[in-house]
Order: sequence, then structure tokens, then C-alpha cells
Amino acid sequence: MTAVNVAMRDAFGEALLALAPDVPEMIVLDADVSTSTRTAAFGQRHVNRFFNVGVAEANMLDIAAGMATCGLRPIVSTFAVFLTLKGADQVRNIICYNKLPVILAGNYGGLSDSYDGASHHSILDIAIMRAMPNLTVVVPADGVELRQALDAALRRDGPTYIRICRNPTPVLFADAPPLEIGKVRKLKDGSDLTIAVCGVPTSMAIEAADRLAQRGVSADLLEVATIKPIDAEALVISARKTGKVLTVEEHTIHGGLGSAVAEVLSQRAPTRMSLIGIEDRFTESGAYDALLRKYGISVERIESEAMRLLAQ
Amino acid sequence: MAQKINKTRSEPQAVLQEKDRKRKAAMLQVLAQEFRLTVLDILHEKGTGHWGGAASAAELLVALYFHAMNVRPEEPSWPLRDRLVVSKGHASCMLYTVLAHRGYFAPAELKTFRQIDSRLQGHPCMLKTPGVDMSTGPLGHGTSVALGMALAARLLGKSYWTYVLLGDGDLNEGQTWEAIMAAAKFKPERLVALIDYNKVQLDGPSEQIMPMDPLPEKLRAFNWNVAPVVYDGHNTVEVLDSLDWVKSQRQWPAAVIYQTHKGQGVSFMENNAQWHGAVIDDATYTKARQELLQTLQKLEELV
Repeated sequence: MTAVNVAMRDAFGEALLALAPDVPEMIVLDADVSTSTRTAAFGQRHVNRFFNVGVAEANMLDIAAGMATCGLRPIVSTFAVFLTLKGADQVRNIICYNKLPVILAGNYGGLSDSYDGASHHSILDIAIMRAMPNLTVVVPADGVELRQALDAALRRDGPTYIRICRNPTPVLFADAPPLEIGKVRKLKDGSDLTIAVCGVPTSMAIEAADRLAQRGVSADLLEVATIKPIDAEALVISARKTGKVLTVEEHTIHGGLGSAVAEVLSQRAPTRMSLIGIEDRFTESGAYDALLRKYGISVERIESEAMRLLAQ
Repeated sequence: MAQKINKTRSEPQAVLQEKDRKRKAAMLQVLAQEFRLTVLDILHEKGTGHWGGAASAAELLVALYFHAMNVRPEEPSWPLRDRLVVSKGHASCMLYTVLAHRGYFAPAELKTFRQIDSRLQGHPCMLKTPGVDMSTGPLGHGTSVALGMALAARLLGKSYWTYVLLGDGDLNEGQTWEAIMAAAKFKPERLVALIDYNKVQLDGPSEQIMPMDPLPEKLRAFNWNVAPVVYDGHNTVEVLDSLDWVKSQRQWPAAVIYQTHKGQGVSFMENNAQWHGAVIDDATYTKARQELLQTLQKLEELV
């Protein structure tokens, strides 16, 4: 793994600038957080294609929907927690119901707006978004994958939700084949247990899998960037092979990646599972790393949970 | 009389092509009343749907589709068409009736309203019904969506008009005021809000549920260009005047407020919240139909 860290939000801001000339119908909207979400540079460069609507998320989503009906490709950017909660009605009843090609860029995803506290932590966005018919849900693991997700979403029919982390995280996929929406990325081939992970914890899962290997445990490591439509086939194949599945996500365990995997496996390949994520509770302020650790998302926890699952 | 009615219905183009303004207004008045009858028939037969808000918007919808809007029913997604977002989506039955008679689909299909497998959903669905520019129903969305469409016209160098039809309930929604603020910031050309201001909501009179007055002053304070008079939304001469005012404006966004009556056309249903969405039973239907028909006959004489 390279030691380089890049914040997904910075990669997002740069990707917008890079994509702008090739996708003239691309429009960016933000709700008074453009300096935080990094859409501001696009706004300065492309004044006519940028709309700061003020702190009015619901309005922003429906403006984008109206634009999308006329052939534009709007990208709606704000904090994930507000986009998915304040905007749930607009996402469901206007954007998804009408299959409009709007990209929902949920920034400051997970615990990454760490110091702002529980009100700003977006830990149920995946659950809400994946319950929306017609919506593609992507949780990239690094800045490279984020850019690929954005690029793919701009070329797809229908809406896409993309979760973006605020803080610098390791670059994992600089030299890897590009993200394919709807397909898992096999990071490690193994036979003792399956680890399915999405987002920022992916680098932790890679390290944990290495540690497990040193203990003689071979993990089948799947990065599940597309939560919806989920790659059921790959999950079933891996689960049948290993018979034990551990999921890891920076999200409540109620309704996120773990739930999505369980929905597939319980019906097609019932498998003993363990879910790592945030329990049914509110979080708190603190440093990002400290929060992740406190709420159970760490290399050590993945390693110990894998061993516990194997012992069952 | 029946023949006369059928003739007007079967020849909507005649209304479109009518040059004499007075006669056109009279014809639009007849069409609106005929469509009320159609809506009443459908709601009675189906035992579901919203009479009050549909009857309230009859003249406005008829004037838009048979006078103001540049559309191609044979090509519903024509990129240069004028757009209408019916933010008060519960007026769906009237919208469908107008669209059908304008040529978007066969009027016979109206009988499938709210039925399983129908293209005519309880509230408008743009993916199912030809001519519907935006799915609506949950209140408060329309102004934002229309703003997006009007901004798209500017961005794409097109000159279509975008209308949004709002009711009292829409004006209760906070999102509507977010959109009103944003529209005044971005000022897209040819964005027009038409307010079907009947002052009756589902639960009762707006003054008891959520008073919106003074509405024109509120909109002006939010930097909208508001028509200097409140028009009678059931008088097609006044509705045509209002649309003339709209077309002559240079300051955007623009708003027109119409004094209307919920349930217009049936004396015992007018301004009565009970008829927002109540089932129309046989006895009520017979009485209501008779009233609507009597008025229609009088209006026919004026054409």
C-alpha cells in the first residue's frame, strides 16, 4: 500500500474541474458548504454552471431534478447527513420516482465530520438511500475510486448517490482497474472467511487480512463499493466457498452494507455472519481516528471479530 | 345541447385557432365547465379522487393548454415545449381531462383513472402519462422543479416558458418559500407562478389552518414581480388578461394570484373543505351534475 493520503472531498473538487470540459451538460449545485465540499473551485471557474442555493437542501434537490428533465446532468453537493435526511422526500418522490439522472454527492460521510458531533455524522445515509427504488448507491474507498464513480455516474441513466469522506485516507486503487458499478473488487483471494467492506474501512480490512494471513487465516476480501445494485453473485460465490462472512462499514449496522449482504445471503446462501459497524446509538465529537476506534471500526476489531467468527 | 357539447369536445382545435378573443374566452369557459362534468363523472364512478382542487383549477388549466402554452401533444417530450408543473398534484383528474382533450391521449382512457395498471395515477406521474412534465402530489416541490426547468432554459439557450400551478397547501410548505427566495436570486426568464388561491385546505378554511395573507405583499417582499391585480380564476376573460400580463413582462420571476373557489361549479361543494377529496355518492352526484349541466347550457349560449 502506498503511504499517500488524499481526502476524497479534494479528489471530488478536482474531478469536477477535470470533467467539466468533457461533460458540458454537467451542473453543480451546493447549499452554502461549497468551501467544505470543495465545489467552490468549480463555481469560480464555471460561474454559469454553478448554483449556490443557500442552506436549502430540499429546494436544491428539486431544482436539480427540474434541470435533469431538460437534459442537464446536475451534481448536488452538500453534507451527506442533510442531503439524505432533509432531502429524503425530494430524493424519493421527485428524483428516484422519475429516474432522473441527478448525482447526489453526500460529503462528510460517515463519522468524517468528526468534531462537529452526532448531529453531523452521516451514519444512516446508506440505509435510507438504498431503500430508494431506481437509485444506485456507491461508497468509494478512496479518491481514485470516487473520481471513477463520478465519471461512471455521469454516463449512467437514472440517479446515483455517492458517499464522500471529508478527511485524508490512504490511496488504494491508483494502479487498479477502474471501478465497475455493480461489481465487487476482489482484493484478496482466500478460503477461511469472507470479509466484505466498503468505504474508508477498506484500508483497515486490507491490513487486517494481512495480519490474519500471518496467523494462518486466509480471508476472501471483497470491496463492495456498489451497495446497490449489489453484486449478489460475487457474494454468494464467496460465501459458499468460505461459509463465514464478516462485513465492515462506517455506518450503523441497521440497514447498511451488512444488512444488504445479509438480504442476499439469507435467501440464496445462508451463512453465519458478523457485522462490524456502529451500533444503534448516537455518536459524539472527537478526532476521526479516535471515533472510528471507539465505535468499533479498526484493524484490531476486524482481526478479532474474524477470529471470533471462525471459532464459532 | 348535447350535440353542441360533443362538437366542442371533439374539436378542441377550434378553440386553439379561434382569433376572436371574446369568443375564445367563451369557448374556454365552456371547455372548463365540460371538463368539470367529466371529472365529476369519473370521481363518482371511481369513488376516489379530489373534486375540490380539480374544479378550482379548471379555467386555469384550460387556458394554459388551449391558449398560452406552446406544446405538441403528438410529441410530448418536444425539447422546446412550454412546461407546466402542477404542484397541486391532487388536481390530477382535471389535468388528465385537459391533456386528453388537448390530444395527448384518448379521452376514453380517462375512465381508467386511479385503476390498477392505468397510466393515470392518483397523482400525476411523468413517466406514465403523456404530457405530464413533472410527477407531483407531495406538496411543496413544484416551484423548485419549475425553477430548475427555467434555469435549464437559460443554460441551454432555449426560450420555452415554465409555469408552476400552486395551491394553498403548497404555500404552507417551507420548501415553496425556499424556492421563492432562490428564484428571486437567480431570476430565470419566463418563470411564472400561477396561484390558485381558493383559501380552503383539506382540513378547513386557510384562515383557520394556515393563513397566507397578505399573499401579494409577501411575494413582492421576496422580490417577485407580482401582477398588480388579483384575477378571477373562474372568468376566462380575466384569465386571458392575466396571461397577457404575464407575456408582456420583463422582470422575473413573475407571479399571478387568482381568486378561485374550491369545488367551483357546484353550490353546495364550493368553498367547503369536506369536498377536498370526499367520495361523491349517487345522490350528491345527481344533484351536482344537474347544477354543472345547467351552467354549461347557459355558457353554451354565450359562445
